[in-house]
Amino acid sequence: MDDSVAGVYLPDRRTRWARPLILCRVPAGFPSPAEDYVEGRIDLNRDLIKHPLSTFYIRVSGDSMVGAGIMPGALLVVDRAVEAYDGHIVVARINDELCVKRLSMGDDGRIWLLSENEHYRPIEITEEMEFEVWGRVIYSISTH
Amino acid sequence: MTEAFALVDCNNFYVSCERVFDAGLAGKPVVVLSNNDGCVVARSPEAKALGIGMGVPLFKIRHLVEAHGVKVYSSNYALYGDMSQRVMGVLQSFTPDVEIYSIDEAFMQLAVRPHGDSPVPRAPGREIRERVRHDTGVPVTVGIAETKTLAKLANHLAKNSKKAGGVLDLTDSPYREVALERTPVEEVWGIGTAYAKLLRQKGIRTALQLRDVDVAWARRAMTVVGARVVLELRGVSCLPLESCPPSKKSLTCSRTFGRSTSSLPDLREAVACYATRVAEKLRRARLAAGVVTVFVHTDRFSQGAQYFNAGTHTLAYPTDSTHEIMRCALDALERIFRAGFDYRKAGVMLNSLSPADQLTLRMFGDERAERFRQVLLTVDQLNRKWGRDTVRFATANPVGNWRTKIERRSPRYTTRLGEVLTIN
Repeated sequence: MDDSVAGVYLPDRRTRWARPLILCRVPAGFPSPAEDYVEGRIDLNRDLIKHPLSTFYIRVSGDSMVGAGIMPGALLVVDRAVEAYDGHIVVARINDELCVKRLSMGDDGRIWLLSENEHYRPIEITEEMEFEVWGRVIYSISTH
Repeated sequence: MTEAFALVDCNNFYVSCERVFDAGLAGKPVVVLSNNDGCVVARSPEAKALGIGMGVPLFKIRHLVEAHGVKVYSSNYALYGDMSQRVMGVLQSFTPDVEIYSIDEAFMQLAVRPHGDSPVPRAPGREIRERVRHDTGVPVTVGIAETKTLAKLANHLAKNSKKAGGVLDLTDSPYREVALERTPVEEVWGIGTAYAKLLRQKGIRTALQLRDVDVAWARRAMTVVGARVVLELRGVSCLPLESCPPSKKSLTCSRTFGRSTSSLPDLREAVACYATRVAEKLRRARLAAGVVTVFVHTDRFSQGAQYFNAGTHTLAYPTDSTHEIMRCALDALERIFRAGFDYRKAGVMLNSLSPADQLTLRMFGDERAERFRQVLLTVDQLNRKWGRDTVRFATANPVGNWRTKIERRSPRYTTRLGEVLTIN
């Protein structure tokens, strides 16, 4: 009998894979039908945030975006890496202030920031304003 | 395909971090103060234009602050540390060859597109600058050249030139000579005050003149360090990218107190806290310490009686355990403490560092020490997960009245859910 060791291999432990432990006893001969299907659990950090380096969280205090489902107190997930176009919800800088609005870019080249609440007027971006899209709102989280 | 070095440097980094989250700061003079709100450590261009110097104590610029509405902030290291990681992460998406040189500076090794007829820049300097600004909000300046020393020089010139637009690529550039000529010799990376003085005495005033000195002479006059600088200025790379930082020689945690104290219990609390902090750093770096030093001093700006002292404790075996380091530090403190002085600062320093994996080679395998070490590593994990000082030694009271002043700190926007930016 040859019992010499052909090689020693160290486990590669760079990745983490949390798996639910199966604690029920498995009777011999009847393995759990789920056993082959056990997989990693849903991790919102990994699944929702595509660009961790450029993703920031921002809290909303006002009600100007309730029509878009962004309630006062909602937590916005804002990604600076993705480009924002017509119709996207953005965090924008107008002069000295950051705000959350829907971006509207007309064919005539005019840019508007729209609220989703009839009590707020649309804001047209004009030459003399300092304007910048800070980031695009990719999710908003509210308590229910 | 050849290679070049880029030095990427964040512009007024701490101020830029504050500006990402406070739109009201654009175009206004802003300064950030050092630990304990003592001196100015970062200035916006508008603050520089008011004549506010680096390292100036706050009380000396009070009149400017009031007259010009200068915005003054305490250091927010939680924010700056996180923003730094984001910036470095974006750089690493261009190439894995990134050397993080400081919190706001990094060298990169870049492939340079071959020389052709096209007038387009060959290294992606502008792309790097735009991506970092776009993804993180932090403006950076990029200097590119064949060697690290030239890249640093290019970066410096780009920072002071409006025309450069934040990027200067000196690889194969016809402007190289002009750039070297415009750089005073003392601003060349690696030339300290002593060498600068020596060179000026020899009539060498610019980087261009330094480039053309005899290398053998440079070696005699300024050791191998000087010879390397001369070669690097000629475009011969002598300083490679250091992706893994060289291991540390010492670790320190020290702070200036929010207000002076003459009480030994206060000092014990402070020293126990710093010992905890520095032991955490030690374990994170997987090192062990052989020597523990404690120092205390009075406020050197005050009129009162002055006292400074340091006490050292040498361990029989290197350790990375908080309780051993804390015990040595508190012993040393008792020895150097003198009643009747108003203490303003204390610190704990660890020396004679060695890799922690050699700890297991202790001559008498000490099972209890090993078990306790596991407890501390678990405590580190808990504190990382649930926040600093969730589990701590009772002596190390982090809310003692000696606590450092941070009266003007902005919210920790990116590291505390309760402090994220609020907008309308």
